[in-house]
Amino acid sequence: MGEITLEKMSNEYFDVLKELGNIGAGNATTALAQMMQCKVDMAVPQVRLLEFKEMGEMMGGEETIMAGIYLGIEGDITGSIMFLLEKQAARHLVNKLMGMQIEGEEFSEMEFSALKEVGNIITGAYLNSLSGLTNLVIYPSVPDLTVDMAGAILSVPAIQFGALGDKMLLIQTQFFDDMVLDGYFILVPNLDSYGKILSALGLS
Amino acid sequence: MGKVIKVGMADLNVCVSPDSITTLGLGSCVGIAIRDPVTKIGGLAHVMLPDSSSIRNNTNIPKFADTGIEELVKQVVAKGANRGRLVAKIAGGAQMFAFQSKNEMVRVGERNVEATRKKLAQLKIPVLAADTGKNYGRTVIFYPETGDFVIRAVGKPESVI
Repeated sequence: MGEITLEKMSNEYFDVLKELGNIGAGNATTALAQMMQCKVDMAVPQVRLLEFKEMGEMMGGEETIMAGIYLGIEGDITGSIMFLLEKQAARHLVNKLMGMQIEGEEFSEMEFSALKEVGNIITGAYLNSLSGLTNLVIYPSVPDLTVDMAGAILSVPAIQFGALGDKMLLIQTQFFDDMVLDGYFILVPNLDSYGKILSALGLS
Repeated sequence: MGKVIKVGMADLNVCVSPDSITTLGLGSCVGIAIRDPVTKIGGLAHVMLPDSSSIRNNTNIPKFADTGIEELVKQVVAKGANRGRLVAKIAGGAQMFAFQSKNEMVRVGERNVEATRKKLAQLKIPVLAADTGKNYGRTVIFYPETGDFVIRAVGKPESVI
């Protein structure tokens, strides 16, 4: 198998990733609805290949405060996955989950762990569908959460994509319950894992 | 008041007083500000990775600390700065997430700072001040007029180095 760069990726592969993103986000939405015990709708996810410079702008500027959940992937494929949620949306989810209204600027320790759990369930649902579709064994690591500027959080997956090329693949998902929640998935397989995902799907 | 010039991720630009130059939301990336204190010509680079030596056909010069800093120096000198008078200030290189992994990419913030210092030392450009590492993002604004490097972080008071 030749060298893979994101730029060289075929349209076919891009469509596969889109579909994976769609199914993964669908599963994540179901998980979210179960957790919150209410109806959650989802818009069709947008899969985008973005220049590093464009990423921050897309999320409302590099300084937009976001919650980022990041975890490593081990097993048949290796890499990492990130889920980002705008701070207001994260606040909304946590309040709903904990059944109370808190307005403060900072997240408390308890809210922080609730948010980590939300991220864990959402990324877990996403990875489950990836694993189910590819028949690859995927173990997620313990997640870590940070609330900071979008640019700073995005630098982590961007750097990993940066080792491969000049663009980054991002899946944007909109959830609706009583408000619109913009979530972003970023899956970063290590270089040799791209090939494994492709061949597992019968595409190589 | 001058203009504020914006530098994106894996990007660099030059700036002449009274203008200032900024980059938003540095995470594990490093922001390198250099200036000539006499002509008050400066520049800022936002680099993502330590070195380009393992990359074939490097088309993105500002992405790497080694090639990015070389290019930044070239551009400020072209703008009229004196090569021998250049001084630097650096910020960024945070480790945003604590998760444990065998993957050495996790330490990339630290490695970016090391590579930046190494390259600046090799070019004999002194590092006058630095605010690097830790686990939070930084927005930086550099004023070539005074050499002030203003650093903003979420939930922290603004600082000037």
